Amino acid sequence: MQGFVTLFRKELLRFWKVSFQTVAAPVLTSLLYLLVFSHVLENRVRVYDALPYTAFLVPGLVMMAVLQNAFANSSSSLIQSKVTGSIVFVLLPPISYREFFAAYVLAATVRGLVVGLGVLAVTLWFAELRYAAPHWIVVFALLGGAILGSLGVIAGIWADKFDQLAGFQNFVIMPLTFLSGVFYSIHSLPPFWQGLSHFNPVFYMIDGFRYGFHGVSDVPPGLSLAVVSACLLGLAGLTLWLLKSGYKLRA
Amino acid sequence: MEPAIRIRQVTKRFGSVQALAGIDLSVERGEFFGLLGPNGAGKTTLISALAGLVRPDAGRLEVMGWDVAAQYREARRRLGVVPQELVFDPFFTVRETLRIQSGYYGVRGNDDWIDEILHHLDLTAKADTNMRRLSGGMKRRVLVAQALVHRPPVIVLDEPTAGVDVELRQGLWQFVRRLNRGGHTIVLTTHYLEEAENLCGRIAMMKQGRIVALDSTENLLRSLSGHTLRVRLAPGAAPPAAIAERSVREDDGTLACRIGRCEEVETVLRTLREAGAEVEDLELAKPDLEEVFVRIMGRN
Repeated sequence: MQGFVTLFRKELLRFWKVSFQTVAAPVLTSLLYLLVFSHVLENRVRVYDALPYTAFLVPGLVMMAVLQNAFANSSSSLIQSKVTGSIVFVLLPPISYREFFAAYVLAATVRGLVVGLGVLAVTLWFAELRYAAPHWIVVFALLGGAILGSLGVIAGIWADKFDQLAGFQNFVIMPLTFLSGVFYSIHSLPPFWQGLSHFNPVFYMIDGFRYGFHGVSDVPPGLSLAVVSACLLGLAGLTLWLLKSGYKLRA
Repeated sequence: MEPAIRIRQVTKRFGSVQALAGIDLSVERGEFFGLLGPNGAGKTTLISALAGLVRPDAGRLEVMGWDVAAQYREARRRLGVVPQELVFDPFFTVRETLRIQSGYYGVRGNDDWIDEILHHLDLTAKADTNMRRLSGGMKRRVLVAQALVHRPPVIVLDEPTAGVDVELRQGLWQFVRRLNRGGHTIVLTTHYLEEAENLCGRIAMMKQGRIVALDSTENLLRSLSGHTLRVRLAPGAAPPAAIAERSVREDDGTLACRIGRCEEVETVLRTLREAGAEVEDLELAKPDLEEVFVRIMGRN
């Protein structure tokens, strides 16, 4: 247990020591998205009939920050330790694969939540949020962070080079998060793209999270919770299996 | 009492390369044991298998009686490994690094022992320095410290002095000797055979994944009978054919001649004198580990 606690704290300390880069920078990026999109679309787009565009956008940006930073935390930590060889310090001690998984995913979730709270704090000035169902906000933030943290562990284990990880981030994570309804309601899409969006698990994370703020969503939050929970179980299972097998960690 | 390390019929193949081909080895508690072999002999693979970094295809490895696979927690708590590569986590200071490493092994409130290790490794002044700012030699010392934070009874040093200056090397060996005297079992791999000869009580030599020699250092040295007579001739002097045939010319031009019995020294010198080859300098040397190593590797 002490091994898990230490690894978890080490992972927190790792991102906190460079918080300008790991927290402040993504908060600023989200703020820029908000300024640009709200300036261009605020008076042109109305979502769910009466919801101002900026109010619609903020929860999506917060959740996108949670997801992207949770992924970045576990994946970058692992690839960096693999490339530099310092992963050996985690592999030599008596830390079980379950402790390894829990520490990396939990730390990734915390980083996602810290950045998400930062984004929420700076965007509060631009939109009035209702917090219609706060428990959904917490549930989807935690589940989303854990899913992307777990995906980050998989990507970090799989990648041998920074290039491969950047490819995973740019060609998998970015499209999934950008095309998930952060910037639009999928009801505004043509039927084909609407249908396709339902195959994107990130869509359910964003939609359920947004429901917690505004009480409206593209699909019922219960359905989103079921899809997101199933994704977490599947990915956690895959990650644990990879760690147990020692894939790319123990020869 | 269980030995410090017991390895039974361990095999490991990487693709077409048989890295370990049925290794059997026991290291008793309190031994200072040397594991020697050319690059690619399988030394690091064997150490990695012991540390759980490599999973063998077959066989069993134990540390202080604990199976490194089935009872990995107990086994790893009893093993400290100094890796060959100079690796470090650039986010942390020396003290943070050692506290974190202690925590991984479940050791809390370890600052007294950390201070002691820092003192012995001459790192006290660098305790709060970030790892990135340390010289290569200091990073190497931190690696040693990391392997010791949980007070393991068995310590494996995988080429710890590669690329390390003489002063640090001597300091490091002094410290490791003290640990050994204190009851720790030490397993050392090194390319510096002189170090192994001076430090290790018993030595295993590996080649192509197999142990090709295993004996006390004394017995290994004794296995090579005779001495080497090194003769430097005066400039322009050429050795007679009888001497040239039984000698090896070393890099500095010295002739190294194997001598079976001491009486042969006089025979060699007389032959040179009669041929008019003036001797400028001579030395009679006992066989060293390097000669034994070269002989055994050549034989296998």
